[in-house]
Amino acid sequence: MSPVADACAACLHRSWLVGALSGRLETVRARIFAVLALADGELVRALGVDSVASLGPPGPEALAESARGAGLSALCRCSARYPRSLRDLAAPPAVLYLAGDPDRVLDALAGEVVAIVGARRATRYGHRVAERLGDALTSAGITVVSGMALGIDGAAHRGALGRGDGDGDGDRDRDGDGTGDSIDVIEAEAEASTPARAPTVAVLPGPPGEPYPPSHRRLHARILASGGAVSELPPGAAVRRWTFPARNRIIAALATMTVVVEAAERSGSLVTARVARELGSSVGAVPGQVTARMARGPNALLAGGARVVRGPEDVLAALFGEDPPRLAALEPPRLPAHLQALLDALSDGEGTARAIAAAGLGPSGGVAALAELELAGRLRRGAGGFEVVP
Amino acid sequence: MLSRVATFAIDGVEPRAVWVEVDIHPGLPAFTIVGLGDAAVRESRERIRAAIQNTGFEFPARRITANLAPAFMRKEGPGFDAAIALALLAASGQVRSEHLLDFAVWGELSLGGELRDSPGALAVAEGASRAGVRRLLVPRSRAREAALVEGLEIAGVSTLRQAANVLGGGEIPALPPPSRPQGSPGERPDLTDVRGHATAVLALEIGAAGGHNVMLEGPPGTGKTMLARRLPSILPPMTHEEAVSVTRIHSVAGLHGDGLLGERPFRAPHHSISPAGLVGGGSPPRPGEATLADNGVLFLDELSEFGRAALDALRQPLEDGRVTIVRGQRAISFPTRFMLVAATNPCPCGYAGFEDRCVCAESDLRRHRRRLSGPLLDRLDLLVDVGRPSETELRGPPVTSSAQSAARVLAARERQRARLAGTAVRCNAELTAGLVRRHVRLDGAAERVLARAYACGSLSARGRHRVLRVARTIADLAERDGVEHGDVLTALGLRQRGPTETELAA
Repeated sequence: MSPVADACAACLHRSWLVGALSGRLETVRARIFAVLALADGELVRALGVDSVASLGPPGPEALAESARGAGLSALCRCSARYPRSLRDLAAPPAVLYLAGDPDRVLDALAGEVVAIVGARRATRYGHRVAERLGDALTSAGITVVSGMALGIDGAAHRGALGRGDGDGDGDRDRDGDGTGDSIDVIEAEAEASTPARAPTVAVLPGPPGEPYPPSHRRLHARILASGGAVSELPPGAAVRRWTFPARNRIIAALATMTVVVEAAERSGSLVTARVARELGSSVGAVPGQVTARMARGPNALLAGGARVVRGPEDVLAALFGEDPPRLAALEPPRLPAHLQALLDALSDGEGTARAIAAAGLGPSGGVAALAELELAGRLRRGAGGFEVVP
Repeated sequence: MLSRVATFAIDGVEPRAVWVEVDIHPGLPAFTIVGLGDAAVRESRERIRAAIQNTGFEFPARRITANLAPAFMRKEGPGFDAAIALALLAASGQVRSEHLLDFAVWGELSLGGELRDSPGALAVAEGASRAGVRRLLVPRSRAREAALVEGLEIAGVSTLRQAANVLGGGEIPALPPPSRPQGSPGERPDLTDVRGHATAVLALEIGAAGGHNVMLEGPPGTGKTMLARRLPSILPPMTHEEAVSVTRIHSVAGLHGDGLLGERPFRAPHHSISPAGLVGGGSPPRPGEATLADNGVLFLDELSEFGRAALDALRQPLEDGRVTIVRGQRAISFPTRFMLVAATNPCPCGYAGFEDRCVCAESDLRRHRRRLSGPLLDRLDLLVDVGRPSETELRGPPVTSSAQSAARVLAARERQRARLAGTAVRCNAELTAGLVRRHVRLDGAAERVLARAYACGSLSARGRHRVLRVARTIADLAERDGVEHGDVLTALGLRQRGPTETELAA
């Protein structure tokens, strides 16, 4: 996998110009979409710069060089491989920088793409739903894009990457004793029949090779390993406030459908939804409790006509019509009765102790059953209890 | 003229022998006390002067020097008053001195000449016994406490006059009658008071049986404190040595005055406590909550609210079973072997994992988790969720009684003692890696479960070691030598999660 370098001089110049004006763009971030749509000359004048020369020596070649040096691909608007969906924007990024395997990423972006976005300060509910959506959609072969931000974005990417890292091969137990290891056998069968996942792509507010936010460093690495990250910002560019709505427009453009999971009234993800609507793409929203602050955004979108998303089935129905064929692989392997009962009780929202009682298990057996479910990857320790892995 | 009296100082919680020497010479009237006394000792002069005069003795108008030997050791507190006063009376011929050296003397004096109630009598009595003294003169209110030490004849006196009589060869007064026993057995916290909470009770029982520390996690008001308070009731009864040690520590801290303490201590400091309050400190160094909980239970409610400094200060006590406090050139050591129970809310709003009522954002949860310090979590072997019992559970019978649970715990402890005889280790929680390898034998199915948990990343190496120790205790409670598959699963289900173990994904 070698980086693609297909950016013409004019586009590189534009990319450099936007970078040089980055500080001034910050002052007009309320109108960033309109400003980015201006041609080079108008852009410079609108930002109150006398001449381009005053911005310093032009650096398009340096840009191309630094992209190459950082192992990034660079595609300009004129390139044949530039994602077609981005051209629908009033201001498509002049150069799209890409980290990861360019073939895999560009193929993924050319297929079915769904964006999952939402608040940073998301609740447990939002995290769970976003993760489940990400998992189900990539399992069904649909590429998931998001912004890799804290909260919903991160959860969506994690779900899209799949539960766990899939590295525990040495523990597969070739059952011979007939006791209690039924989980292993069932899971082994399920593993064999799961088709390969679609990748996930992150659209960053800064250079694609650098994780933003920094705390998502490991997630970023995992995303690059199987998918990739894209951005309109070259290596060395600073993350500024205008770069967030700017990247949100890219997310909206790349996706056939944008799903907002949770958002407060002034969340950036609502900007993404607005751009999606303006581009004529489908907008979906996950309903929340009417008393919840984080549900106000999605609930308002629903009131405004967005499609309700109660689960991956609704997304697939929106994309493919009412009879989506791809859900068979999503069914989890069957569990022994007592474990299933415990799992069901926990899914219903019961606390640990009540769920154990509801499953008819004694304290010692109940605790042991929790451990079995955790080992089987169906449960995870969360704050205050165990969470069902979506 | 010179006379000497034996007395004792309390260094931390340990007694140290001190000689009081009083010398009276002609010269300008002066009364000096030397021997590195602190402010209380310097003030002794006024108390002694007034006490002697008010008792009807004469305070000599001569040059009086009192020395507290050994001279390099700091002397603290008013406990030397009585000894200095009696030595002074002997040196001035007002009290006969033939029997002076048969006794050790200890206690504070009031201005009126009474011997005041002073903390630490048991420690002094232990010191006297060790030093080979056969008779001890102490304030009457502390006579019974001192009498707990065998082989000593205790003279409990109320006034300086009585003390002088006894030292002059008079009869030793009888011990005062014992005061009413504190608290009837029926009031003692018992597991029969608990309804529901089956998993939490199981965790406490496993903890008690193997010496494993327990963390209770759950929303406010679910009964975590109530459960923690019942842990002492299922721990094995104290041995005589343990009871004496506990009584001595409480006596020195001024908390107890009468008879041997029969119950294991339960200390529940508020989370605003300072590091010194928690592990000991101050000048003179006094025992902290961790020492008051020695041989008992230390309960930290709202663990995340405790100050960082206070929690960090607990590291050495938890690691070594002792805390060493350095003051100037002295190092004082207090014992700190307690069982730790911690209670915490799962998140800042308190309701995470509870019917979707949690309103915290992910960043709040992370921040809350970070407040629970790593090394402390490392010492809490067991983690159990405590929730609201259902209506049925509340109306139903208790899960078990303290008596039944204590019997199981005792039997399990016996197995451990027999198995670990000859080692320095007393219970499963203290097993070293080598001892684990030798004594924790897993059957095939158990090995596979453990290997799987380790391979899929759910356990750190240290976590794995902990699971083995807990599984050993669970097998002991079931009275088995071999450790089975179910034991390992239960141990896995109750395990504490370290900071790295919960954050598998980026």
